[in-house]
Amino acid sequence: MTSSPSTSGTSSSLPPARNAADQARADTLTRLGLAAEAPGTPPLMEINDLKVDFQLPDGAVPAVKGVSFTLNKGETLALVGESGSGKSVTSTAILRLLPELAEIKGAIRLRGEDLLSASTRRMRELRGNRIATVFQEPMTSLNPLHRIGRQIIEVLALHRDLKGRAARHKALELLEQVGIPEPARRIDSYPHELSGGQRQRVMIAIALACEPDLLIADEPTTALDVTVQAQILRLLKSLQQRYGMAILFITHDLSIVRHFADRVCVMRHGELLETGATHDVFESPQHAYTRMLIDAEPAGEKAPVAADAPVLLSARDVRVSFTIKRPLFGPKVAFEAVRGIDLEVRRGQTIGIVGESGSGKSTLGRALLRLLKSQGQISFDGVDIMPLDKSGMRPLRSRMQVVFQDPFGSLSPRLTVGEIISEGLRVHHPELNRAQRDARVCDALSEVSLDPGMRNRYPHEFSGGQRQRIAIARALVLKPEFLLLDEPTSALDRSVQVTVIDLLRDLQARHGLTYLFISHDLAVVRALSDHLIVMKEGEVVESGSTHAIFEAPRERYTRELMQAAFAPDLGQTHH
Amino acid sequence: MSQTTPAPHGTGGASAFDGQPPAAPAGDSLTRDAWRRLKQNRAAMCSLVVMAVIVLACLIGPWLTPFELDEVDWNAIGTGPDLASGHVFGTDVNGRDLLTRTLHGGQISLSVALVATFVSLVIGVLYGAVSGYFGGRTDNLMMRFVDIMYSLPFMFLVILLMVVFGRNIFLIYAAIGAVEWLDMSRIVRGQVLALKKREFVEAAHALGVRDLQVVTRHLIPNALGPVIVYVTLTVPKVILLESFLSFLGLGVQEPLTSWGVLISEGKDMMETAPWMLLVPSAFLAATLFCLNFLGDGLRDALDPKTR
Repeated sequence: MTSSPSTSGTSSSLPPARNAADQARADTLTRLGLAAEAPGTPPLMEINDLKVDFQLPDGAVPAVKGVSFTLNKGETLALVGESGSGKSVTSTAILRLLPELAEIKGAIRLRGEDLLSASTRRMRELRGNRIATVFQEPMTSLNPLHRIGRQIIEVLALHRDLKGRAARHKALELLEQVGIPEPARRIDSYPHELSGGQRQRVMIAIALACEPDLLIADEPTTALDVTVQAQILRLLKSLQQRYGMAILFITHDLSIVRHFADRVCVMRHGELLETGATHDVFESPQHAYTRMLIDAEPAGEKAPVAADAPVLLSARDVRVSFTIKRPLFGPKVAFEAVRGIDLEVRRGQTIGIVGESGSGKSTLGRALLRLLKSQGQISFDGVDIMPLDKSGMRPLRSRMQVVFQDPFGSLSPRLTVGEIISEGLRVHHPELNRAQRDARVCDALSEVSLDPGMRNRYPHEFSGGQRQRIAIARALVLKPEFLLLDEPTSALDRSVQVTVIDLLRDLQARHGLTYLFISHDLAVVRALSDHLIVMKEGEVVESGSTHAIFEAPRERYTRELMQAAFAPDLGQTHH
Repeated sequence: MSQTTPAPHGTGGASAFDGQPPAAPAGDSLTRDAWRRLKQNRAAMCSLVVMAVIVLACLIGPWLTPFELDEVDWNAIGTGPDLASGHVFGTDVNGRDLLTRTLHGGQISLSVALVATFVSLVIGVLYGAVSGYFGGRTDNLMMRFVDIMYSLPFMFLVILLMVVFGRNIFLIYAAIGAVEWLDMSRIVRGQVLALKKREFVEAAHALGVRDLQVVTRHLIPNALGPVIVYVTLTVPKVILLESFLSFLGLGVQEPLTSWGVLISEGKDMMETAPWMLLVPSAFLAATLFCLNFLGDGLRDALDPKTR
């Protein structure tokens, strides 16, 4: 594939051929940690015209279409792209861990050794040893049944032949290096006893166990909260300086890349669009797509509503607690997720609720809609809704609607889009006949800029962004006044996010909707809301007008959040 | 994203599409998708054809053969397969045509399978879905009842029913159905427990959809994949159970017969008249093979991961 002229990396002109003596010398130097990064050193890894086709029953589907780049020793290369760009397939191809139906062509060389023709045995030697990986999901990439110490020792025993006390000693050392507090105690913990960030640190410890030449980090911080994300990136950076390894950093998030990577490769639809030094790519992007990605940061602000606008939803001292354990004898063990929240939403207002995972923001949202049991006082449009039962709530349901985070989980896979959208009409407007319902569905679909002709299709035929539009249409068809938006953009690519935000803003202006917008993404909240509530551990940390909080955050926690989200300082390790 | 013309909102029933909603082509539905994948599975499709042939033969075959179910041919008692006499698969020790009896027996065996499976499907799915959906104490009570039913020995139940109601073919349907729905309800409950936490169910609650509607429109259809697969595994199980009961002499009564009865009779004459064992066994084995392959094919076709 020669469609993009800029595919060859900045330093790929070096010949791959090297003699064995050279290689041996380089190996020794690496072991000693002395290898020089002089210009003219052959690249650590070279990928040449890599093509991956998936042989599916319906024919071959190309996932990577001729990608070439090089990676030097001690360098951080970011592979950036949105979902479906082939970035993860590329990194998995390096490890040769793709499923068998993937056909790989081209060349991948690590220190001159062709990985694609290497034996399975040789690949096993390399994986976890010379090439290590950190995956996205720290919850699932550790075995829940083994203590973390044992999982680190497993790698050491496999590649370094370390056993017994020596291995345990090394494991402790690694845990200390990745910043796990009290490593001597933590080494015997199970994964579920650690937080998400700590688990990711353990994954990094496992990856570093054999001091690899190349660390492949596949979205290592995507599942983490922003403050933790910054810590992990800082850790990776400092470990890189210490071990001199190269990092192939795969991400969809350009804002991380700016402070973290030396060079950037931008991918789309399996093609490499642009390669260059991070600074150059950000300052003068060559490709329109790159420019779009950089600019895809949601922009704009929302003007506050009049101070005397009528209150639509108000809440006093809302508390939600979950029973964790109900022993046969003795008292219940409960956990309070929301601890006395006061809230007032005025008509036409958008209140943003931000917080990290576990802050209780989603729980609060569900409690306000009476989807969860709660204590306190909630009234909607002057009506106290706490004493209402299911059927008492039903008439109000059409006026307060919700859009959820996961566009793949929030639509029933066995109903057509038309059936999904019309469901609320069946409940609230039983007087409508089939044709009238159909017409309303078409209205709702065209309001969210989808073709009404697609209403007989099933959700699996739509992309993530389209599904989120369908979910919005389902809420809108009832003509609600109040919309709870629970992270509606979090599962979407940045470029899609921007269009959904525009849509939400547009709908609000057209119909005078009132939003309660829950998100962990400060950039999105700033663009959409006029009032902000920062939550932590079930309590309000700070609240006020969005503008004021972003200009001058009063609380330390708010400042930390903003620091982590907008200007992560990754250059050096500090606390 | 291009903006289309804004439609009026909050203006009652007025619609930009009043009267004439645009035509919407039918999409690629899940069932059609699954059917397409099933068609690519050669073993499953062969099984489907063989299965259809067996069912058809059992349904209309007894009328086409020149002999009656209980007609004794005095010229051919316990003779082997013989084209000249018309006894293609031979006769039993009483001179009755084995093909006719096997096809008749197939009617009983397959109908037991059909009825018992249907009973287990309806009761099991509803019971499991309700139990899983309401959860808590309801779930606890309903599932403990299932546990009690499980702990009753099956043979004891059948013999008890026999004693009370006498020997009756419908008792077999009832007894087998009463046992088979237990597994089904467990499977459906497990599915529903996982499904009810999904966001589309929560969205339905937010829309104010009634509980019964949530169960029937959202939960059961999404639990259907494993249910269909389990049904194809229940059918052979039920046929085997009926064979087992008949084999013990607790099943159907003469002159009616079933595959289990025929095999039981055949095993006594195994040395002198092996065809009496081989013919019904071959029918039973073929049916079970087909259903198992079909179950495998359906499981693959309905599994979203293979998509």
